[in-house]
This record gives sequence, C-alpha cells and structure tokens, in this order.
Amino acid sequence: MSYSITEPSSRQKTLAAFLVITYAVITLVPLLWVFMTGFKTPPDSISYPPKIFSEPSLEGYVNLFTTRTRVTPERLAELPPPANFAEEIVRDRNMVIAGKSKYGERFLNSVIIGFGSTFLSIFLGTLAAYAFSRFNIPLKDDLLFFILSTRMMPPIAVAIPIFLMYRKLGLSDTHLGMILLYTAVNISLAVWLLKGFIDEIPKEYEEAALIDGYTRFQAFYKVVLPQAATGIASTAIFCLIFAWNEYAFAVLLTSGTAQTAPPFIPTIIGVGGLDWPAMAAGATLFLLPVLIFTVMLRKHLLRGITFGAVRK
Amino acid sequence: MSMNPVDAAAKHTPPSVARRVKGLSDKTIAWLFVGPTIFLLLAINIFPLIWTVYLSFTNFKANRPNREVKYVGFKNYERILNDADIWLSMQATAHFLIWTIVLQVLIGFALAWLINRKFKGNDMWTTIIVLPMMLSPAVVGNFWTFFYQPQIGIFNYVVSFFTGADASSFEMLGSVSLAPWSIVIVDTWMWTPFVMLICLAGLRSIPDYIYEAAAIDRASKWRQFWTITVPMVLPFLMLAVLFRGIENFKMFDLVVQLTGGGPGSTTELASINLKREAFEKWRTGYSSAFAIILFVTVFGLASIYVKALNKVKER
Repeated sequence: MSYSITEPSSRQKTLAAFLVITYAVITLVPLLWVFMTGFKTPPDSISYPPKIFSEPSLEGYVNLFTTRTRVTPERLAELPPPANFAEEIVRDRNMVIAGKSKYGERFLNSVIIGFGSTFLSIFLGTLAAYAFSRFNIPLKDDLLFFILSTRMMPPIAVAIPIFLMYRKLGLSDTHLGMILLYTAVNISLAVWLLKGFIDEIPKEYEEAALIDGYTRFQAFYKVVLPQAATGIASTAIFCLIFAWNEYAFAVLLTSGTAQTAPPFIPTIIGVGGLDWPAMAAGATLFLLPVLIFTVMLRKHLLRGITFGAVRK
Repeated sequence: MSMNPVDAAAKHTPPSVARRVKGLSDKTIAWLFVGPTIFLLLAINIFPLIWTVYLSFTNFKANRPNREVKYVGFKNYERILNDADIWLSMQATAHFLIWTIVLQVLIGFALAWLINRKFKGNDMWTTIIVLPMMLSPAVVGNFWTFFYQPQIGIFNYVVSFFTGADASSFEMLGSVSLAPWSIVIVDTWMWTPFVMLICLAGLRSIPDYIYEAAAIDRASKWRQFWTITVPMVLPFLMLAVLFRGIENFKMFDLVVQLTGGGPGSTTELASINLKREAFEKWRTGYSSAFAIILFVTVFGLASIYVKALNKVKER
C-alpha cells in the first residue's frame, strides 16, 4: 500500500468517527423521544423520572384523531361492548368517542396547499429560470437579485398588508390565498435553483434541435425539460418542504378552513392540560414525510439550502 | 464576389422574420416566461411592501377599518426609535443572533472537519445529523417546551444526570436568566448542520496537492490548518453566516412556540414584538413603520456583508 501524506491515519479516523457519531446520537435523542412519546399513555408521558421504555399504547394516536366526552361509570356499563380497539382504549378512561378531531382536515390542508404551491412555483420557476439562463434579458442581474431579495423580508412585515389585501379580495383563510402566498415565497428559491440546473445543460443540445427544425418552444420542452428532470424534482421537494413547514403566515392568515397542521399541532389539548402523546403522534406523522424526503434529497441538499450558491 | 440566389435571399431576410417563421421570437418567449414570475412577486411582495411604507406614515388601525385615516408624517418612526420596548427586543435579537452564530460556526466547522477525515460511513452519519434542520420550526419549538419541563422533561433530566443538580431546581423557559439561552440551544441543535454542510463543501473544495506541497515544504499540521484550511473555507463559512444571520434576524416560528417572548420580554425578538404590535394591539401604522425599519436593517447589513464576502473571495 502506498503511503499518502494527506490521508488521515486510521487512529485519527477512529477518533473522528467516535466524535461525529456521538454528536449524531445527541441530535437524534429529541427526535426519538418524540417518536416514543407518541406510543405512551398520557400518565407515562409525564412521569417522573421520565420513563424511557413503557408499555406501548395507541392512546396518543386515538386521541389525535378523535374527540371524546367523559361519561359516568353507570352510563358506560349500559353501553354495548366496544366495536373496535379505539373505543376500548377510550372507555378505559371513562370516556366515549364523540367524533372526529380536526387533525385529519389540517393535515389534508397541508397536503393541498403544499402540493398546490409547489406545482405553481415549479411551473412558473422553470419558465423564468429557462429564460434567465438562455436569453439576453435587459437588467438580468438586477432582476435576479430582486427575486432573491424578496426572501429577506420578515414574513410578519408583509403579513400586515397581505392580511388587509386578502380581506378585501376574499382570500383570507382560503386554500387559493395560501397557495398564491407560498408560491410567491418559494418562487425565488425555484428560480435560483432551477437556473443553476439549466445552466449546466449544454446549449448545443437545443441549438442542434433548432437546426433540425424545432421551434424554441419545442426545444424547451422536448430537449431541456427531460434533461432538467432531476433538478426539477429536487427543487420541487425543497418547495414542498418549505410550504409544509411554514408557520408565520399560516398562523396569521388562516384560522379554520385553510389552516395547515403546524399551527394546529401545538393546540391539541387533553384532559387536564396538553395531551403530549397525541401531540407527539401528530408531530410524528407530520415530520415523517420530511425525514424521508431529506434522505432522498441528500445529494442535492447543500445546493437547495444555499439557493444554488454552493454546488459541491 | 457572386452569390447564389438562395444565399442572397437568406442574407436579406432579417433574423426576426426568420425566427417568426419557426414560432415566436426569442424576445417574446423570454418575456412570456419571465413575466408571470415578476407579476406574482410584484403583486404579493412589492405591492404589500409599498403599502406598508404608506401605512407607516398613517395612524391606521386594521381592527377599525372605518375610522378616518390620518397622515402623521414621521411620528411613528420617531416613537419607535424612542420606545424602550423596541430597544429591548433589538437587544434580545442581538443576543440570540450573536450566540447562535458563534456556537453554530464553532460546532459546525468542527463537525465538518471531523467528517472530512473520511472515516467509513461518514455519509450516513452526515445525513442523520442534517435531519433537524429540515423539520417544521413551529413543531420543533412546541416539542422542546416538553423537553424543557422541570421534573418531567428529558432535558432537565439529562442535565441533572450529568451535573447532579436537582431536575426540578431550574426552569429553562421560566427563568429570566435561562430563557435567552434555551432558545439559543434549540436553534443551535436545529441549524448547526446547515453550517456544517457548507463548511464540508468548502473543505472538500481544497485540492490535496496543496497539502502535499505544504508537507514537502515541512509546514507543520498546525500551520497548514491556519494558512491553507481556514483561508480556503472562509468564503464558505461567511456565506453560511450570511444565511443564518438573515434567517435569525427574522426569527419567529421557533421562538414564538418555545417561549412566546417570555418570561416578561426576555426572549421577545424583533419579529415577535412586531407580531404583538400588529396583530394583538392592532397598531397597524406603528408596526408598519417598525417592519420597514427591520427590513431596511436586514437589507443594509446584508448588502454590506455581501461586499465584504466578495472581497474575501477575490483574495
């Protein structure tokens, strides 16, 4: 084996691995704790000292999706036997299921607004990015910087007039209003990232297509789009994650019909205080898609979080 | 020089006509493609911004839209600059900003440097470390209030396990001296990986031959670190600081869930103060002026910083 002066020694590597893994484990503890709290009963979740392992229970998930009312033991005894496991869990606490909770709706709102705004940002962003990448647009650099600078505004600062504007236009607390708003926030990311991806596709491909008699438009969607597919997909995931996680606009501009999950999860209340297992269950279901996407995205992660400034 | 008729005709056809035969001209397509994006940003970003500027010169209250709107000149701005609450919130923001950046740069760079030792499985561990920063800050903040509970919270329990202090003897979120640090800890947990990833890209951009040359010249490892590694990673590090700086100056979701600005107003960052003025006290004109001051501050600081960054890059 040849000796390299730049390769770290194996002892160095072991030490580095030990330190990094220690940090990774510390990072993971809070996430694992949330996951495990979702499977605890409410008393177990607030026991002292904290219980690491406890009998797994689905009470958190049942509470997350239902609303319940307390009944007297006499009334409980008169009821027919529980039809399913959820009712059984609830009756153990002297309660009956009264109906569905709002979590399902809020989650669905997150999905609708997330996908809607992602689709729109990618559609508009791809067109703009292609134009910025290929054509001579007057004041191109200024326009690109303008697009980026919209990201520097504190959301609360624009929320005041948007609140007033949406009230006038009848867009407050609507899916359409939130989709447009998130698109406006995401479009800067979409344009900057996609421009980087399209810049990397050689111009010669389109020029060859143009010579073969394609129109500019045909060259765009038959040659450039397929080449940019991976870039478009990862940009889309970044837009989706942003819209999924957004809180400030959601809490100020929505209250019912179009409210997404992030403002809703912290408000889940159980008997005598916050229902931590139900909140943990809600958080687990809500965070899980993002965790999966992050693992899928890991090759483009750096590029996404720096608006394409660092490409590796 | 003679030309055949086809070439001659082609030469006399203006390029725009030639293009039009094959569909829309490039110029039309360019504006068609860029137009909708610019329009959307004008409608949902610039128009509201201009409106905010207008409102900042009035005494408008959004919860009483029918009241007569009066022009008050610079009075809102004057009152903000003389308002002790605003200065307290700027101080809280500065504390949060400085400490999160210091901690994240130190830990993030150290982690990147260790990962760059290229041990087996470093890719997998990097992905695991990165997870927190992709999560919803509001949900994360909500959950840390659970970890920070005295007695039942895992954070207090772990601290008491290692230090021997009683787990119920301190309240991270309830005490005036600890609350500013509780938000720094969560932000550092969440965003250190961001600085780490950017530093890692910087470290990986340094070609091996520079170190080889230095080793041949018998430069010590210590000297190599300060004369090669640090200067070459610096532009990357500065970029990371720029991003974190802008984000944390605007910080709202994580902290509002964690402390709501309390206890008292010890963790009331600028954005939280702004939200209270605008959506709880409904002082729309006043808060618009505050919003403009914040935006100008971020924009100004960021522009100065970018100039410095470009100078470092040129070196």
